[in-house]
Amino acid sequence: MLTINNLHAAVESQEILKGLNLEVKAGEVHAIMGPNGSGKSTLGNVLAGRESYEVTAGEVLLDGKDLLELSPEDRAREGVFLAFQYPVEIPGVSNINFLKTALSEIRAYKGLPPLEARDFLKMVKEKQQLVEFDAKLANRSLNEGFSGGEKKRNEIFQLAMLEPKLAILDETDSGLDIDALRIVASGVNHLRSKDNAFIVITHYQRLLEYIVPDFVHVLYKGRIVRSGTKELALELEEKGYDWIKETVGAENAV
Amino acid sequence: MSTKDDEMLKELALEEYKYGFTTDIEMDIAPKGLSEDTVRLISAKKNEPEWLLEWRLKALRHFMKMDMPAWQNFTLPEIDFQDISYYAAPKAKPKLNSLDEVDPELLSTFEKLGIPLDEQKVLAGVVAVDAVFDSVSVKTTFREKLKEQGVIFCSFGEAVQEHPELVKQYLGSVVPQTDNVYAALNSAVFSDGSFVYIPKGVRCPMELSTYFRINAENTGQFERTLIIADEGAYVSYLEGCTAPMRDENQLHAAVVELIALKDAEIKYSTVQNWYPGDKDGKGGIYNFVTKRGICKGDNSKISWTQVETGSAITWKYPGVILKGDHSVGEFYSVALTRNKQLADTGTKMIHLGKHTRSKIVSKGISAGTSHNSYRGLVKIGPGAEGSRNFTQCDSLLIGDRCGAHTFPYIENRNRTATLEHEATTSKIGEDQLFYLTQRGIDPEKAVGLIVNGYAKEVLNQLPMEFAVEAQKLLAISLEGSVG
Ligand SMILES: Nc1ncnc2c1ncn2[C@@H]1O[C@H](COP(=O)(O)OP(=O)(O)OP(=O)(O)O)[C@@H](O)[C@H]1O
Ligand SMILES: [Mg+2]
Repeated sequence: MLTINNLHAAVESQEILKGLNLEVKAGEVHAIMGPNGSGKSTLGNVLAGRESYEVTAGEVLLDGKDLLELSPEDRAREGVFLAFQYPVEIPGVSNINFLKTALSEIRAYKGLPPLEARDFLKMVKEKQQLVEFDAKLANRSLNEGFSGGEKKRNEIFQLAMLEPKLAILDETDSGLDIDALRIVASGVNHLRSKDNAFIVITHYQRLLEYIVPDFVHVLYKGRIVRSGTKELALELEEKGYDWIKETVGAENAV
Repeated sequence: MSTKDDEMLKELALEEYKYGFTTDIEMDIAPKGLSEDTVRLISAKKNEPEWLLEWRLKALRHFMKMDMPAWQNFTLPEIDFQDISYYAAPKAKPKLNSLDEVDPELLSTFEKLGIPLDEQKVLAGVVAVDAVFDSVSVKTTFREKLKEQGVIFCSFGEAVQEHPELVKQYLGSVVPQTDNVYAALNSAVFSDGSFVYIPKGVRCPMELSTYFRINAENTGQFERTLIIADEGAYVSYLEGCTAPMRDENQLHAAVVELIALKDAEIKYSTVQNWYPGDKDGKGGIYNFVTKRGICKGDNSKISWTQVETGSAITWKYPGVILKGDHSVGEFYSVALTRNKQLADTGTKMIHLGKHTRSKIVSKGISAGTSHNSYRGLVKIGPGAEGSRNFTQCDSLLIGDRCGAHTFPYIENRNRTATLEHEATTSKIGEDQLFYLTQRGIDPEKAVGLIVNGYAKEVLNQLPMEFAVEAQKLLAISLEGSVG
């Protein structure tokens, strides 16, 4: 589904991603871990098409289509969804109205008419239950005055509503209490199917106990330096990143 | 901000003005120029009583002696008052009793504007409309239904004929002829407008609405609106306006006077969408309007809500004189400027009575190279014991070539009064835009959503049907972009 080849990207002319390769197939969940500042959020932003991130080399294909050619809105309509590490507040814009607009635009891109109000509301209700999202929050202004955890849960609610092909969760678990973590994870598990894929960025092994990944990658200094199965996450939890930094250092020295 | 956003924001605002058509209709137009003869001509055309002619002439003499104002935040273009025609009316009629008598061209004009004059079609009885085309009122709907409750809703001209005592008592009682240059000019040459009287204890059963349309070339529009809510009465009134696209500037100098007696409430909403000129600043309406209400009786309330998106230059300060004890004045405003538009708008709250309260919420939105100013005065008189004002002025900038300015003036002569002022300036953030586009929303629509969200507190004040219109108007005004 997603193929990333030798991706290089810079922010303010400073290179952050330095030749990243990744292959994600439909139905898979990939976890990405790595020390602070290693480029995890940068990867998410680059995939979603944020303007301030400049791709200097490499290619990204989504089902064979050149993703890097598309505008952010068209990437979203093609099925790329980024759950933000720091969701912004948009005062006065109703959450529901925003979702209705987003859903209609995605449907229009696929040549579908907007959902009837009744069907839309039915879907809202269903998805609210699925991710246990408070109806009161759904009716408030978009993230305005939401607590950190509520913002994260709103990302998952939006994910459920928009049903993307490829979802990138950027530290959705950080800031969630234990119950919320379980709820969010069970929501994601419900949304998993053989047709979609998830990239889960996290610092904590705990999330991966709930959302069991097919692969775990370690991103370090803009490159994936280790890949493995969920045992790799356990190993990292135990040993930290030092051993990886050392081995990478040694490899680079050669 | 990144270059693409920059470009998009730069181009924001180029959407064509969709009300810019003209109507080809036989007109009765007064020769250009301003003199006592002009005033006499207008007064005669309208078959006015002697006292009103005298009143007009007095205003004209004042006008001739007055200097043009110079305190505004921009250079006012020179206006040649002799190069304007002060009266234009569709031929045929003046007085119409049924729709059949209205020129079909005119009917279709209002239809094109989305203002149905056919009573059956009008929102199932929620709104009564008075349509003013250039200088005269074309048709007032639902008059009979309103009459049952004793509500008078008619053109100003008719009110002069049929309710002279009310007109004589209140005309100029809130905005004196000498108030300012444009009020003086209006008092001399005003053509038509709307008149409303709500009797004691009556809650007006529907929204009243006036729709203004400037059509003729080289004419000015000088309408006059007078609304009186007797004791315990309530009325919600809305005005809308559009004009054709013309290369010359046209002058619109209206006067609106509101009078709320004891326990009465008047809610006055404006959706102003006069032609703003093209993107290079050519053409457009000069909108110099004097609007003021008086809360004459105790516990009365006047509330102004305005959504200003049109006009080349807007210059208006709807105010409230809070004379009755415990009376309340409110001002909710959204002013959007783009291209080369200039808006200088705000309010005057004059607290005279005890325990009077006022609330000001102003939301400016500037795009392109436009300039948007809030200018407000809160005055607390010595007798205004325990009065309160709350002012909130927010400015939203789209792009970095536009300007937002705030000029809050406060004169407080009573120590027991409480005044609060809050002001913010913000830009549409790249992060907000990205958040919305990442969810599949078109960047133009995203800006529309953000702007409407920003203006929500004000839009919420509008009657339901018009809130939807105003939302669309704000979004459309920012459309036509994205490279
Ligand atoms: N907009 C920006 N301007 C300047 N530097 C940036 C910007 N975005 C990212 N960077 C830099 O790029 C590097 C990678 O940042 P990124 O946010 O991708 O890290 P991360 O792996 O997500 O870290 P964390 O685990 O702390 O979330 C950091 O050094 C960061 O300071
Ligand atoms: Mg990060």
